[in-house]
Amino acid sequence: MRCARAAVLAAALALWAGAHAAAPAAAARRGEQVYARCAACHALAFDRVGPHHCGLFGRKAGSVPGFDYSAAMKHAKIVWNETTLDDFLADPMKAVPGTTMTYAGVPDARDRRDLIAYLEQAGRSGACKGAR
Amino acid sequence: MPCRARWSRCSPGATLAARAGGGSAGDARILNTALGAELEAIAAYQLGAESKLLQKPALDLALAFQGHHKEHAELLAKTVERLGGKPVAAKAKYDFPAGQLKSQADVLRFAAQLEQGAVSACLGAVPLFDNRDLSKAAASILGDEAMHWAVLRHVLGEPPVPVAFVS
Repeated sequence: MRCARAAVLAAALALWAGAHAAAPAAAARRGEQVYARCAACHALAFDRVGPHHCGLFGRKAGSVPGFDYSAAMKHAKIVWNETTLDDFLADPMKAVPGTTMTYAGVPDARDRRDLIAYLEQAGRSGACKGAR
Repeated sequence: MPCRARWSRCSPGATLAARAGGGSAGDARILNTALGAELEAIAAYQLGAESKLLQKPALDLALAFQGHHKEHAELLAKTVERLGGKPVAAKAKYDFPAGQLKSQADVLRFAAQLEQGAVSACLGAVPLFDNRDLSKAAASILGDEAMHWAVLRHVLGEPPVPVAFVS
């Protein structure tokens, strides 16, 4: 009887752990779809109309060498992390008035979470290997 | 004079520059960001055209779409000037993943990705303008770029319109 209970408990724990391990991956997969919205101006590994996203987490806003930022972004005093990205992506022009990222933002909170999960995952992926 | 579908003659852009006096410095900034993206799109299609990877009729399609982006850029630059701004210039060099483009499908997929992003960028700009005429013009560009995206997907053998709403 004890063995049966232990087996059920172990199975439940395994399911729980599996589900939690899969959750960030699923969010990142959804986030990749959201990232398609950014593709007019951004890429992971190279600068376009907007700066590249590899190395984004922990980077000071307006600090990619050689990228021509707005004065507003250069002086924004933001360090990109989950919280600052969520705030910025919700309404870029409100978060950093004067930014040249003239985009209404990602209004849905889950879309933003998924997008941020994707950016975190992509930053650790081969796509960003060797990028600045 | 017959309509040749040029912005300056018969599109929502026909009156855009004339009415842009009602816009703001913020509007000029939005248009300048859009102009930067259009100039990059022109360069991307040029890369595709010169890659020797595109065969007719895909090559003709790419050049036609590049022509549309040139028209968008021309109008946007004029409107930025009318608003008192300085239009951004094309970069001397764009950093495209040219090494990853090995086939016609790669080039078309790259173009489709840019067009999809352009649709989203336009959608994200439409509600931001102070001048509603500029929102209308941005929506017109959005429609054109959505058609590019759909046609490119069709050529690639993908469902041309994968969703009911763009985002």
